[in-house]
Amino acid sequence: MTAYETLRHFADSYGLVAMLVVFLTLCLWPFRPGAKHHNHSAAHSIFKDEQDGQ
Amino acid sequence: MTKPAKEPFEGHKKLERNITLLAVATFVTVAIGGLVEIAPLFWIDNTIEEVEGMRPYTPLEQAGRDIYVREGCYSCHSQMIRPFRDEVERYGHYSLAAESMYDHPFQWGSKRTGPDLARVGGRYSDEWHVQHLTNPQSVVPESVMPQYSFLGKTELEVPDASAQLTALRRVGVPYSDRDIQLAAGDIEIQADPDAGGDVADFQQRYPKAQVRDFDGDPSRITEMDALVAYLQMLGTLVDFGSAAAQEELAQEKGR
Amino acid sequence: MRAEAALGRTGLWLGIFLLSVIVMATAADWGFAAHATIVAVVAFALMVMSALRFDPLGRAQGFFRMPEGPSLYDDDVVRWGVIATMFWGMAGFLAGLFIALQLAFPQLNFEPYLNFGRVRPLHTSAVIFAFGGNALIATSFYVVQRTCRTQLAFPGLARFVFWGYQMFIVLAASGYLLGITQSKEYAEPEWYVDLWLTIVWVSYAAVFIGTLVRRHEPHIYVANWFYLAFILTIAMLHIVNNLAVPISFLGSRSYSAFSGVQDALTQWWYGHNAVGFFLTAGFLAMMYYFVPKQAGRPVYSYRLSIIHFWSLIFLYIWAGPHHLHYTALPDWAQTLGMVFSVMLWMPSWGGMINGLMTLNGAWDKVRTDPIIRMMVMALAFYGMSTFEGPMLSIKSVNSLSHYTDWTIGHVHSGALGWNGMITFACVYFLVPRLWKRERMYSLRMINWHFWLATVGIVFYASSMWVAGITQGLMWREYGPDGYLVNSFADTVAALHPMYIMRASGGLMYLGGAIIMAYNFWMTVAGHQRDEAPMTDAPYDPDADRPIVQPTPSTVPAE
Repeated sequence: MTAYETLRHFADSYGLVAMLVVFLTLCLWPFRPGAKHHNHSAAHSIFKDEQDGQ
Repeated sequence: MTKPAKEPFEGHKKLERNITLLAVATFVTVAIGGLVEIAPLFWIDNTIEEVEGMRPYTPLEQAGRDIYVREGCYSCHSQMIRPFRDEVERYGHYSLAAESMYDHPFQWGSKRTGPDLARVGGRYSDEWHVQHLTNPQSVVPESVMPQYSFLGKTELEVPDASAQLTALRRVGVPYSDRDIQLAAGDIEIQADPDAGGDVADFQQRYPKAQVRDFDGDPSRITEMDALVAYLQMLGTLVDFGSAAAQEELAQEKGR
Repeated sequence: MRAEAALGRTGLWLGIFLLSVIVMATAADWGFAAHATIVAVVAFALMVMSALRFDPLGRAQGFFRMPEGPSLYDDDVVRWGVIATMFWGMAGFLAGLFIALQLAFPQLNFEPYLNFGRVRPLHTSAVIFAFGGNALIATSFYVVQRTCRTQLAFPGLARFVFWGYQMFIVLAASGYLLGITQSKEYAEPEWYVDLWLTIVWVSYAAVFIGTLVRRHEPHIYVANWFYLAFILTIAMLHIVNNLAVPISFLGSRSYSAFSGVQDALTQWWYGHNAVGFFLTAGFLAMMYYFVPKQAGRPVYSYRLSIIHFWSLIFLYIWAGPHHLHYTALPDWAQTLGMVFSVMLWMPSWGGMINGLMTLNGAWDKVRTDPIIRMMVMALAFYGMSTFEGPMLSIKSVNSLSHYTDWTIGHVHSGALGWNGMITFACVYFLVPRLWKRERMYSLRMINWHFWLATVGIVFYASSMWVAGITQGLMWREYGPDGYLVNSFADTVAALHPMYIMRASGGLMYLGGAIIMAYNFWMTVAGHQRDEAPMTDAPYDPDADRPIVQPTPSTVPAE
């Protein structure tokens, strides 16, 4: 089975669906509610210090 | 502020706190694209196929090419004819990958302020090239090309022709030991054939090599000789007219 | 102790001086000897100075009125970087104007050293590596210290990175004019200059990562991801694309390791990602820090920046083949490059949206603050050119635009619009802070610079669009008799008016940079221009303060 055929099989199988699901979870992962706090603090980290100006 | 409940999978937060992990993950992410696109070019057939007629450059042609590289001609000229009707009609048969297999570095170019040069060989006379390079506007009034009159006045200086061919062989150009040994002499033969060099042997080692004085001044070998020798051979090695070439191109694989 | 240090330094420079004199004598070609002479002169001058205990750096710091004494962060390299950015920017814009005029008036080519073929790489390397490079080195050292709340990891190495990078610029630029070039686009410096840059770049990575490792702020801010991706990827690209075998180790000439189609794709995998990581990821890092700081508002969506980062750096690498559409590169590679280039539109605009929407809650600053104006315009041009790019990458569009001036229009809407403007804005942000001044010498001059630059870019880009499409169409035009209508020379003649329009656009852009240099110098000198405020609309500074509190506390009584 050449590489092309194995990939062809994979593209027609549920493997592709699994890959799509993994892709979607990875993309939506940062948008889950649990990460809200973490990202909020990260975004404000550059404002914490007052003497950044020096 | 109470510590948020331990998430099942730390996820991106871990990456955002661990520099080595972030660096490794970044490097892997950026390495994938390059590998998938570049690596196959070194083994799939239609990018490493040989085409009948192709041969390494003669020392004089290579010296001319190095002047082409030195002067940055690629910033206005391309050497890649695309398979479009108007380009094939204007410039000649579209360029094959094999035609630039000995080009270190490749000079396909990315801008045509000036015309494509992939098949300029043999289209203009040596005198036209010398006059055009010396003063482009005198031959093509609309031209915006700079003047290269110094080429005709500068002696061609090849400190060590053999070292040049050795370096080229190290990057894959199949020069024979004899070619490397005779390199300096070959420059003399090609630019000044009646100076008593073994022209027949030279032409046997470099088929289709054009042997004559190029810059109109047989008494010396100038940079103009070398550059015109290079320009006059561009696109002339592969013979597209013959039936054999057409057949071979017809069953090209993996196009 | 100081005596030993001076003696040590003198000995070091003596060693380098002797070495370069030996190389000068035994060089295989005069180009290599010329470069060895430059190194020898620099080494000799520094040797004499350190012997006489004369401190050139201290004298120069006085000249530029750099604040002395301890400060929270190690900003010397940043100050030098900002000065170098301004200097090389002017040099690069001047070179650009010169070659633009050469295309309009060929008599301006003075052979052999100032021919277009030799000055063009001088322009591209000066504006990309010298202007852009110094801006990135300076801002990355400034940002990594603030976001990590620590000083630079290896101060001595950081100074070597700066001065070593200046040596790289001088060697590359002098080399082009002497004819020392590999003629691989945007990778023209020869083999020994590449080796020197590799040493400087590895040191740069060491300083940057070292600072990140010893940070006191647990979280690594998004700007640092982009700086890190920029440094690592450029190292990979630079090394792979510049593999070459020198003819002699004492000669300036070398032959590239790859040839033909393999060299073509390796070159444009490098070429496109020099744009992707040097001119995009690095400058996005600048945006992610300086736009929020100038607007006083946090990044619009930190979560979007996670998606933006990983998708941008993954996709950008694949897009190289769109420089080789319809060439001898196999079709599967061309199609792959096209598809990924079109997909690149998403992360690019993700970055633009994240940047522009950071202004939410501070949009009126566009009326009062010219620096914010420049940042918004930079992001607008970033959005425009990263939309034009994917469109140009589609094969059928590319068949018209390839090899024409349309590509040049696209390049400069991104380079002048995005890279130039965001760098100007960041320099205007940094100069008052680095020299401990209250504000820039003049805000109205920044506004002048803003309008001159914007109109200049519009002139440049529109004239090149017209020129490019004219070229493309004239090349492929068939008459009713079935023959080609135009000779190549006809198309060159047709472009003359557009070349003049482009040069005038470039002149305006350079004019804006001159105003900036004057403003920069007067700020360093400590002056403040008394000028009318930017706007006469009623403005109450107390109210103009976005509510930024780490935790949502009770709403302050209005």
